[in-house]
Amino acid sequence: MKSDPSIGRVLLNADDIARVLLRIAHEIVERNRGSQDIALVGIATGGVYLARRLQGHLQTMEGISALIGELDITLHRDDVAEHLPPPLKKTDLPFDVTTRRVILVDDVFFTGRTVRAAMDSLIDFGRPRLIQLAVLIDRGHRELPIRPDYVGKNLPTALDETVLVHLSETGHAEDAVVIQRLPPDRSRP
Amino acid sequence: MDIKRKDLLSLSDLSVYEMDLVLQTAASFKQVSARDIKKVPTLRGKTVVNLFFEPSTRTRTSFELAAKRLSADVINFQTASSSMSKGETLLDTARTIEAMRADMIVVRHASSGAPHLLARSLKSAVINAGDGMHEHPSQGLLDLFTVWEKKGTLRGLKVLIVGDILHSRVAHSDIHGFQKYGCDLHLVGPPSMVPSGLLGTVHHRLETALPGADVVILLRLQRERQSTGFFTSLREYAKLYGLTAERLACAHKDVLVMHPGPINRGVELTSEVADGSASAILDQVSHGVAVRMAILYLLSGGTRRRDA
Repeated sequence: MKSDPSIGRVLLNADDIARVLLRIAHEIVERNRGSQDIALVGIATGGVYLARRLQGHLQTMEGISALIGELDITLHRDDVAEHLPPPLKKTDLPFDVTTRRVILVDDVFFTGRTVRAAMDSLIDFGRPRLIQLAVLIDRGHRELPIRPDYVGKNLPTALDETVLVHLSETGHAEDAVVIQRLPPDRSRP
Repeated sequence: MDIKRKDLLSLSDLSVYEMDLVLQTAASFKQVSARDIKKVPTLRGKTVVNLFFEPSTRTRTSFELAAKRLSADVINFQTASSSMSKGETLLDTARTIEAMRADMIVVRHASSGAPHLLARSLKSAVINAGDGMHEHPSQGLLDLFTVWEKKGTLRGLKVLIVGDILHSRVAHSDIHGFQKYGCDLHLVGPPSMVPSGLLGTVHHRLETALPGADVVILLRLQRERQSTGFFTSLREYAKLYGLTAERLACAHKDVLVMHPGPINRGVELTSEVADGSASAILDQVSHGVAVRMAILYLLSGGTRRRDA
């Protein structure tokens, strides 16, 4: 699905995104004191690419070889009973999560329900030493008491708006964060 | 992207698109079954009823495990221990179960079409777990999944189905499934057991069909058919249609041998073949759970679709 960044308002361009990710990488190193047992787990699908970019930064900045994984939260969603069953994505955690410092990575942080599902799903695989949360965009409207540890950018939004993260890995010409207004029938109640 | 139907009754009315969705979803569930905690909370609060009017261990166990790994509650009804033996009709039994708010009913019945009758009359999703000589769609899907997983594709493969095709619901589901995926189908068995008019090339000698085969699906020989004259003796059947290592050598070097089970060693195949490297029989069993999880998951939207 390729959409034109000219539709909607561009809030972060490619340079902004690059700077933000570099800063998050620095914060991760600082907060975990250069620990070597970090695992970056991207939430499918947007978070997966961001996790890989962060992994690259940790490697070049501090020589930290962070483990990398991806998590599909569909089966742990709390609203499966309200929709038609969505197609499943890939879960791949090629390491034992027990005793690791797991940093969940997501592109847009919204109600908090996705992260709740991700934590439940992750804990089915073992008992991490700790879980932290890194997000590129925090758009507000939390419905659960969850707070991210690393935030790229706080973006106050209205409920009838949607935030799109365009990445070169998903076939977009240029990285960008775009805000769009939803058609009235698709806005949340 | 979803399956826009309430029930799973047969592969004859399923599109390739829908079958693809089941196979892809099953691949994700296979992963879940490989974890230490083989359970996800997806169908929490849903009730799945296994309604079996014919004895079955493996299919029922497989559905039960699939439902439990999705966190659904499972109730098993078997003929001998329920009111069916007290003269209640099929529909009354099913309505009683539905009145207990079952979300999905998995049904096996000796009469072809029994699940269709239930599907029309009930609001619950109905899954056919084998009806008479008609179809066994979940077995057909797990056979497709096994071949797809091992071979990477289905299109263009030479697939043999060997045995009592006439009476086999597994064969009928397999024929529809493999045919829709563009496989080169060959049906092998004695003339009394291979009816004409089915999709696929008919052979009465195993040797003429085997060269170049990518997949050989053996059907279980039902011993009770002997008394009705469909074959003369087990020994004769084994001699003509039993798969030996020697015969298998004519097939493609990466041939896959499959069997829905339970196997009769020394009849449909020798122990050497059953336990050999070409055998995917136990993979079929594990794939059965993943495919049935996919079916339950994809049909779990059933109630909401009708309310909409």
